[in-house]
Amino acid sequence: MANEEIREGLAEILEEVAGVQPDDVSEDKTFTDDLDVDSLSMVEIALAAEERFGVKIPDDELANLKTVGDAVTFIEKAKAAA
Amino acid sequence: MRISPAVPGARILGLGEYQPATVVTNADLAARMDTSDEWIRTRVGIRSRRIAGPTESVADMAVIAGGKALAAAGLDPTDVDLVIVATCTMPSPIPHAAAQVAARLGIPAPGAYDLNAACAGFVYGLTAAASAVTSGAANRVLLVGAEKLSDWVDRDDRSTAIIFADGAGAAVVGPAATEDEVGIGPVVWGSTGEQVDLIRIADRNSYLWQEGQAVFRWATTALAPVAVEACRRAGIAPTDLAAFVPHQANLRIIEAIARRLGAAGVPVADDIVDAGNTSSASIPLALARMAARGDVRPGDPVLLLGFGAGLTYAGQVVLCP
Repeated sequence: MANEEIREGLAEILEEVAGVQPDDVSEDKTFTDDLDVDSLSMVEIALAAEERFGVKIPDDELANLKTVGDAVTFIEKAKAAA
Repeated sequence: MRISPAVPGARILGLGEYQPATVVTNADLAARMDTSDEWIRTRVGIRSRRIAGPTESVADMAVIAGGKALAAAGLDPTDVDLVIVATCTMPSPIPHAAAQVAARLGIPAPGAYDLNAACAGFVYGLTAAASAVTSGAANRVLLVGAEKLSDWVDRDDRSTAIIFADGAGAAVVGPAATEDEVGIGPVVWGSTGEQVDLIRIADRNSYLWQEGQAVFRWATTALAPVAVEACRRAGIAPTDLAAFVPHQANLRIIEAIARRLGAAGVPVADDIVDAGNTSSASIPLALARMAARGDVRPGDPVLLLGFGAGLTYAGQVVLCP
């Protein structure tokens, strides 16, 4: 799965869970400051991403995913390892 | 040796509640720490909470809620022969609350003990009370969930001080009205002790602390199946419930569980908005207040779901008194 597909999937999840406009979801954006996603929504996003991409995103890894790009890279690696 | 005469079923005979007088609003908290009304409402769904006075104890609150439940049941203190207090916030491990609560209510020499299953305590207590009645160990049981979380929360910690609060809720449990009435349905309970560290007071000098994201993940994924199973075992479709009264932990957790329960249109208790999270007191507080408002009526089936530190959980369908 290409990075762009993962980014688009995350954008859809972000819109559904936190009402973020899909156009705002670029790899350089931080979840907390740029997209205004709070810590509990991050868990909901992780749960939705786990289901959608078939990966595991533990809470201690979640803390390291500051930007959309971090999450795309993590999911890509996790999928490759699966 | 003979055994005690058993009765076929148990039910709730009356409910009571007590909230301390002091209201702490989000604005009050924002004046003291780095937070805001909007920050609190979006994360936990609370507008205000009640905090006990400095000399007001767990037992004090339990006595008031318990007395109201007895009055609602139309019973005298002398009718009760077992008192259970579900609590995890006594000021010290001994003495426990139940015996002193009983004495202050004028209940003569009942069996009396406290039960600690944290925020699941009230549902565990209902199971213990119903079992005592049906086994013949007791005739009428006063069960109180009473908590003074404010004694164990750092009032300057914005991750916990905004959530936790004080209060008490009570139920009188006795024999069912008829032989085939089931007033307290089968319990679905369990625990995941592997996650013991997620919610805890580490020692006598520590405050309550929880791993918010991990608790949220657990609560929003593991508990809906428990709620569904409690309905299935009671033989009631979720859509036929008169209300869903989960532990008032966090409005976002409550809403997430309710969505997955598949009970569209069924009212969901949101007492947390103006009561905060009162641990084992939250379910009876919410239920008693819903009954007092007429949101639920006598004989209505209501699903209770307790969950919290341990981690521990319990779900059960009951009929309103």
